[in-house]
Amino acid sequence: MANLNLVQAINLALIQEMEKDDRVLLLGEDVGINGGVFRVTEGLHARFGARRVVDTPLAESGIIGTSIGLAMAGLRPIPEIQFDGFLGPAYDQICSHAARMRTRTRGAFTVPLTIRVPVGGGIHAPELHSDSPEAIYAHQPGIKVVMPSSPYDAKGLLISAIRDPDPVIFFEPKRVYRAFREEVPEDEYTIPIGKARVVCEGTELTIVSWGSSVLQCMESIEKSSRSIELIDLRTIFPMDLEAIEASVRKTGRCVVVHEAPRTGGMGAEVAAQIMERCFLYLEAPVQRVTGFDTIMPYYKLELNYMPDANRISGAIEDVFSF
Amino acid sequence: MPIKSILKLEIERVSILDEHGNYDEKLGAGLIPDTDLVKLYEAMSSCRYLDEVAFKLQRSGRMGTYPQNMGQEAASLGAAYVLNQDDWLVTCYRENCGLFWRGVPMEAILLHWMGDERGNAMPRPHFATPIAVPIGTQMLHATGLAWASKYRGEKQIACTFFGDGATSEGDFHEAANFAANLDIPVVFCCQNNFWAISVPGKIQCSAPTLAQRGIAYGMPCMQVDGNDIFACVYAVKEAAQRARKECRPTFIEMVTYRLGDHTTADDARRYRDQSEVDVWKLRDPLLRTRKFMESKKLWNSSKEDAMRQRIEVEVNAAVARSEQIVAPEISDVFNYTFAELPSDLVQQRDSMQTHSLASEATVRSEGH
Repeated sequence: MANLNLVQAINLALIQEMEKDDRVLLLGEDVGINGGVFRVTEGLHARFGARRVVDTPLAESGIIGTSIGLAMAGLRPIPEIQFDGFLGPAYDQICSHAARMRTRTRGAFTVPLTIRVPVGGGIHAPELHSDSPEAIYAHQPGIKVVMPSSPYDAKGLLISAIRDPDPVIFFEPKRVYRAFREEVPEDEYTIPIGKARVVCEGTELTIVSWGSSVLQCMESIEKSSRSIELIDLRTIFPMDLEAIEASVRKTGRCVVVHEAPRTGGMGAEVAAQIMERCFLYLEAPVQRVTGFDTIMPYYKLELNYMPDANRISGAIEDVFSF
Repeated sequence: MPIKSILKLEIERVSILDEHGNYDEKLGAGLIPDTDLVKLYEAMSSCRYLDEVAFKLQRSGRMGTYPQNMGQEAASLGAAYVLNQDDWLVTCYRENCGLFWRGVPMEAILLHWMGDERGNAMPRPHFATPIAVPIGTQMLHATGLAWASKYRGEKQIACTFFGDGATSEGDFHEAANFAANLDIPVVFCCQNNFWAISVPGKIQCSAPTLAQRGIAYGMPCMQVDGNDIFACVYAVKEAAQRARKECRPTFIEMVTYRLGDHTTADDARRYRDQSEVDVWKLRDPLLRTRKFMESKKLWNSSKEDAMRQRIEVEVNAAVARSEQIVAPEISDVFNYTFAELPSDLVQQRDSMQTHSLASEATVRSEGH
């Protein structure tokens, strides 16, 4: 066991998969000698060399487009897009090619790649460095979308993503990168994509969340006298609907918390699934605590935008007072 | 200090067999043996005939929108002729001739344009990627495929095709930049056919050639007569050698002309003069190849007639086979979304099938 933060856990997962499998290579902007702007790939260039840890030209579509070619040829590329807000230029390659290749060639070509992207706000970053675009990619058939909120989950999920035969976008919440450490096994292990984690058990209300919001939910739960169950989805798509259903049938109440804008956010999908699966078990309407349908504000106001423990506690009380 | 010129550039243009029948013996020496030249001509003729048939199939409602390749057969064929069978051929949709030479069955292309993804399930031994629909994106895939070969220490290279319009796309520039700066063995072949649907070349590029775009990326580049099968073979041969030996990319502008409409959904009379088309009809790659073969006593009208009969039988048989292929199961679209289907998609697939069967049953009972 090692006591690691999220950055170190991901770094360890990368090292172990690269040692195990020569098909795995890293590419992106500043991932080489510099070790990535968040130091997630620290030391890997020295360890594995420029063949396997590649500093590319500054071009996101190019990074993903060439990764698709590498993956079609049977390699396991792990491109890094430096920030969530810079994923846009690669949208066409992700959605028009990576996501569709298996279907449009009936499996003759597949694209096993893992796109690593730091995501979300809360670290006083410049403009376009704090967005949460997970719903955009969860809406595109053919891609899996993962967002761990803890070092332990990050390592196990990243190994699963790298070994997955299909494209995975692996969102790494920046606010969690160095927020805390926990025990992470040094041996390799996997956490299945598509399985949620029950962070704490409860009987009166279910909170469904993911990414850095999970930490705000925990803070709110600690302050509450209610018996609250917290589900960290960990995978945004495919979503662990069975876990949500089982919990809400037990508690009869649900609050969904995410940092991304509200309209069309994945909270809407969670609420709709609960309506379809648990309607007669509900004591109150599902509430959402989310970012707003505004541009993510620059950092002076970012904490006003992101769901915090107070807003979550308010939604919990609203549900109970319904 | 005086201002001095620090860089002088020039672009070479390769032409070996021009439309007047002039043939450069020196450049052409040993390039294409006579027996191969006949086969290449037959391949172009077969592809041309497929265009005629496909056009009629579309007009009679037996096939969807189809992009004719007419006039541009030599470019991709020249490349496919030169490349090794395991070199990647990464194309868009006016490279049928090269794909057929590679061994991709005609049914694969027909099936694709008949609205069936299974046309893209081209068997891997052909090392041909599926037709790329968004413009220019495939150049990055070619760069990645060639990169994978280099990564593994293999000698396989990639050759990618795109049009003049694609050189305006960001992905073209990113692919060229990646390939040049990371030393990736890829050959970029731009079929400059002067028209991106209705938009003329001058809207895509203000420079006198497209070839010179390669200079900006520090890669060798040249322009060739894209309707001259000899010139196309010459250029790709040189570029492929450079890729294989030096791991360096090359940019080749193949000047050709789209004799047909952009697709069967287009009407080129809306935006270009017939007089321009008439000039290019005289530069047709088939025409000059045939004249050249006749001048060398390799070909005559009876051989032409016999070939025509043969390819009519072949193409019509491919059409018949394609039309016999029934629509795939709707469950296919679910089953090929991921290697392992998530449970919610299993449910969607199963409920869709149940509902479809239910609605069919309703229709039947109402019919009675």
